[in-house]
Amino acid sequence: MNLTSDQMIFWRHGFVVLNETIVTTWVMMFVMTLGAMLITRKLVTEGRISRWQSGLEIIVTTLEQQIKDVGLDQPAIYLSFLGTLFLFVALCSLCIVLPGYRPPTGSLSTTAALALCVFLAVPIFGVRKQGLWGYLKTYTQPTWIMLPFNIIGELSRTLALAVRLFGNMMSGVMIVAILLTITPFIFPIFMTALGLLTGMVQAYIFTILAGVYIAAATLTPKPNPKSAPEPVPAKA
Amino acid sequence: MDSTTVIAVASIATAGMTIGIGSIGPALAEGKAVATALTSLAQQPDASSTITRTLFVGLAMIESLAIYCFVVSMILIFANPFWKEVIAHAGGK
Repeated sequence: MNLTSDQMIFWRHGFVVLNETIVTTWVMMFVMTLGAMLITRKLVTEGRISRWQSGLEIIVTTLEQQIKDVGLDQPAIYLSFLGTLFLFVALCSLCIVLPGYRPPTGSLSTTAALALCVFLAVPIFGVRKQGLWGYLKTYTQPTWIMLPFNIIGELSRTLALAVRLFGNMMSGVMIVAILLTITPFIFPIFMTALGLLTGMVQAYIFTILAGVYIAAATLTPKPNPKSAPEPVPAKA
Repeated sequence: MDSTTVIAVASIATAGMTIGIGSIGPALAEGKAVATALTSLAQQPDASSTITRTLFVGLAMIESLAIYCFVVSMILIFANPFWKEVIAHAGGK
């Protein structure tokens, strides 16, 4: 039994390997880009708004609201990054209704790449907002004794992000595969429905956690902590 | 027992124990989280959206602990590095 879709190799030349994960990821990216281009080609602000446009508007405004809820005051800056993460992970897990499809997020290489993006985005947004020195000072936030723990936490939460998404997606596929050998009649459908729910929750969690990490790096420490907007407390 | 059998037995037994013991804590924690969320939902139905959202985030956080155990046991069974070593040695002989 293949653990991930990395082991399904279509084409290999030297060290260049074209496996199922890469192909599915590129198909996803192509579908999303093409769909967004087709929908946003003729946007209207008055009169009759097409269904697709209102669908996209709902997605964008919901994402903006969620990002604002995390504690980031100007969601427009972070929408492109966090929204892309959410849409990619959500579409990857939504497509499990297609037969023969294995989500690319069920491979550790994809989720590690996504988590690395978050790992790099946090200092980039932090430095942009507070300057280099201001960002570095957040590592010594309560006291300087916490410096090594903050650094360890930075690394371990990246690992946790990657393994959480990978484990959830992989376990969904694995459970359906095992059930297909035991009770192939109805139960795999229920587990697939449950997989849809967990997939959406995981996409939401991944985005919210990335937003929380960015918020923790960009929020300037206020003199009165009571008035500061409280981000969702999250530590994995 | 030769080393191949030892590795196989250790991997399989540890995989079972990993997921078995490792899901005790998350199970208790999730039960507690849901119970508390239900209590607060009954007390404040107006705040249901916030409570539900925080509950889902928290549940996924707790569940990721069990998922880590699951990943470890899956690695032990399907992608065991020690087992691959044994196979490679057996193939080399």
